[in-house]
Amino acid sequence: MYQLLLCWRYLRTRYIALASIISVTLGVATMIVVNSVMSGFTTEMRDRIHNILSDVVLESRSLLDGFPDAEGHMERIREVAGDSIEAMTPMVVVPAMVSMPVGDQTLNWQVQVIGVDPGAMSQVADSCAYLQHPENRKELSFMLRDGGYDTRDHQAGPDAPERPEMAYAGWEYRRQLAEVRAFREELARSREQYPEAGPLRADAPENEGGAAASDPFSTARGDETGEIDLATEQYPGLVMGIALASQRHNVGGNKYQDRFLVLPGDDVTLTYPTAATPPKFVSAKFTIVDFWESKMSEYDSSFLFVPLRKLQEDRGMYDYFGGRKRYFVSSIQIKLKPGVDPTQVRDKLRAAFPSQFYSVSTWRDKQGPLLAAVSMETAILNVLLFLIIAVAGFGILAIFLMIVVEKTRDVGILKSLGASGWGIQGIFVSYGLSLGLVGSGAGMVLGLVFVHYLNQIAAFLGWLTGQPLFDPEIYYFYEIPAIVEAWTVGWIVAGAVAIALLASVLPAFRAARLHPVEALRYE
Amino acid sequence: MSDPRQRIEEEPSLGGGPLSTGPAVGIDLSAPGGPDLALTPSDDEGSAAAPLTATRALRVTASGPRAQHQLATVKLKKSYRKGDVAIPVLKGVNLQVRRGEFLAIVGQSGSGKSTLLHLLGTLDAPDERTVYFDGERIDNLPSRIRDRLRNKHFGMIFQMYHLLPELTTLENVLAPLMIGRSVLGFLRRRREHHAAAARLLDMVGLGHRLKHKPRELSGGEMQRAAIARALVAGPELLLADEPTGNLDGETGNEILRLLGSLNRQEKLTIVMVTHDQAIARRADRVVRLIDGRIEDA
Repeated sequence: MYQLLLCWRYLRTRYIALASIISVTLGVATMIVVNSVMSGFTTEMRDRIHNILSDVVLESRSLLDGFPDAEGHMERIREVAGDSIEAMTPMVVVPAMVSMPVGDQTLNWQVQVIGVDPGAMSQVADSCAYLQHPENRKELSFMLRDGGYDTRDHQAGPDAPERPEMAYAGWEYRRQLAEVRAFREELARSREQYPEAGPLRADAPENEGGAAASDPFSTARGDETGEIDLATEQYPGLVMGIALASQRHNVGGNKYQDRFLVLPGDDVTLTYPTAATPPKFVSAKFTIVDFWESKMSEYDSSFLFVPLRKLQEDRGMYDYFGGRKRYFVSSIQIKLKPGVDPTQVRDKLRAAFPSQFYSVSTWRDKQGPLLAAVSMETAILNVLLFLIIAVAGFGILAIFLMIVVEKTRDVGILKSLGASGWGIQGIFVSYGLSLGLVGSGAGMVLGLVFVHYLNQIAAFLGWLTGQPLFDPEIYYFYEIPAIVEAWTVGWIVAGAVAIALLASVLPAFRAARLHPVEALRYE
Repeated sequence: MSDPRQRIEEEPSLGGGPLSTGPAVGIDLSAPGGPDLALTPSDDEGSAAAPLTATRALRVTASGPRAQHQLATVKLKKSYRKGDVAIPVLKGVNLQVRRGEFLAIVGQSGSGKSTLLHLLGTLDAPDERTVYFDGERIDNLPSRIRDRLRNKHFGMIFQMYHLLPELTTLENVLAPLMIGRSVLGFLRRRREHHAAAARLLDMVGLGHRLKHKPRELSGGEMQRAAIARALVAGPELLLADEPTGNLDGETGNEILRLLGSLNRQEKLTIVMVTHDQAIARRADRVVRLIDGRIEDA
């Protein structure tokens, strides 16, 4: 009883001891913030990766050819692990170059073209959730929509910046393009008829397709689809990674805006190798029908989705077997039933398909190094931050030794009143315990408040230093993701309290060992 | 094991010295208040058990008065070390305190009187020989039992008052009760304890100072609070170390009057050490501590 009373009084009257636990408070707060942000990032990233990749992938080891007879392979997969499979879809992945008309120029980029079966895409992975048209998010169609594309990022919450250009996307935009092109053709024709009419030179048309079409004598058309009516027809559809189509600009302060180079309705040209040996290159025109935004910049700036059949036909990925046309694919994406362990299915498939031709991996395997790096980073940060709290423990130790010296006479008095060594030890240990609780409790509150207002604080610090702390140009999230895990917070607080407790044991032991007579004489 | 006296009854062998039925003891017991010869030990080991035997004999006869010698020391020796040199302070102190007695031990500063008091109060352990309380040897008890003894049976007051600065007067007085009882045990009888402490403070004239911290009290008030604290657990023996040493004459006299009335009215045994002859004269009996030995005044 007297331990509690004295401990409470010491707590109330000794602010220097409170100073010693500020580092505990800060350490706990920092650990909570760091862990929340790291686990926010990890979860966000893992979710996104998992949405992009299906549970298990069977891939060909050959970059260009793939393997023949997708149907036969899917049959075999079903034989091996049919009861754990929910859906499957074949896919063709091929490195390619995209040529985009931007203003008067054509931009060329290296990309990954992915041939998908639009119906199966949403069944196997959740990548449709990243599309910009609400209807496409339900089910992807490679046909251009009339309009109604999102004018703000639907994944980013209510504060997402506007994307005003997206309001024009769709058929309306395409019709305007057609008008502009018709006008330019008219202009060019009249200039040919009256070449001395003015200083105007033939501007390069806005659209590369338009430029080619404006040359009535052109015969070398690499485009096998032939000429189409821009205002009413489209080329095969294409879904473009949003980072290929737009650039993010800082528009002052902490505000960002995406500016689009092309919009749904524009035509682009893809050039990709055929499956023959040696490969030849074929080009084809596609019409952008939507953008895809996974917020993993690596994917957003390299992925293009096109109809699977179109890609297979263009690249010659088919053969005839017994009079039947069999298509080649480069991978089969497998979605498992809920609760099935992907590694088990992977191992079964590995046993069934020869490993020199096929690689089987789970989505975790594919992003293993990235996720492992993040968790390693978290672990190291935790060790370092916990060392901060341990250093705080030494501060507590020093201040406690001081307090024990200061309270030497009180110890003598208590002993003369019949208090035992254990009882005396109890005073200082419970003092340490309560300091630890106060310190880590304050740290917990501070940390949780910090996490709650994380983005506001980041914005303020960015404003204060003139250097944005969290640059959406890099991360592609508008906000810092943070997930507070009660379990982690509990561990951090318990660890900090334990350190404060440990730091108080030695001084408490010294107090308990004090000789009562010497303690009473102490002035 | 809370009460040493019980232990004597449970373990009679402790008291079973060869002289336990000797005639000399019998004579002395029959004359309570008479000369202290019976319990003055001789040099041989066997007679050291005599006080225990006396206590037991009294208890067995039950109808007789309480133990004559509540506290006794036998050839008590204590020295302090300064570096490699041992400085003897007590060189064989034989002291007997009767129940209900007000004894003053007078000695010059440095004569070892505080050391003696600490040994009596089991705050320190002697180098040689023994201290008896109610016939039971107490200097070699396990520390747990010595703690209980100090808590329940001894009250101590000091020259420097030794109140706990963080606690109020009332809490200081309650401290021995808090120490002696478990948290639940104390809380269950909280009201009762508070009333007892407040009554004691009222008795020493501090009824209006319950909520004050020690630094807000005068020296005399602090010493009176210390006396209340020493009494709250209902001790049989009060050990006072220069209780008036830091007080002016009039305040000191008040404290001495208080101690005197406690001795007379509550039949409290008091052992007081002081360097002041005048103060010592207020006691029933005065002994001198000279050169590490007791001389009757």
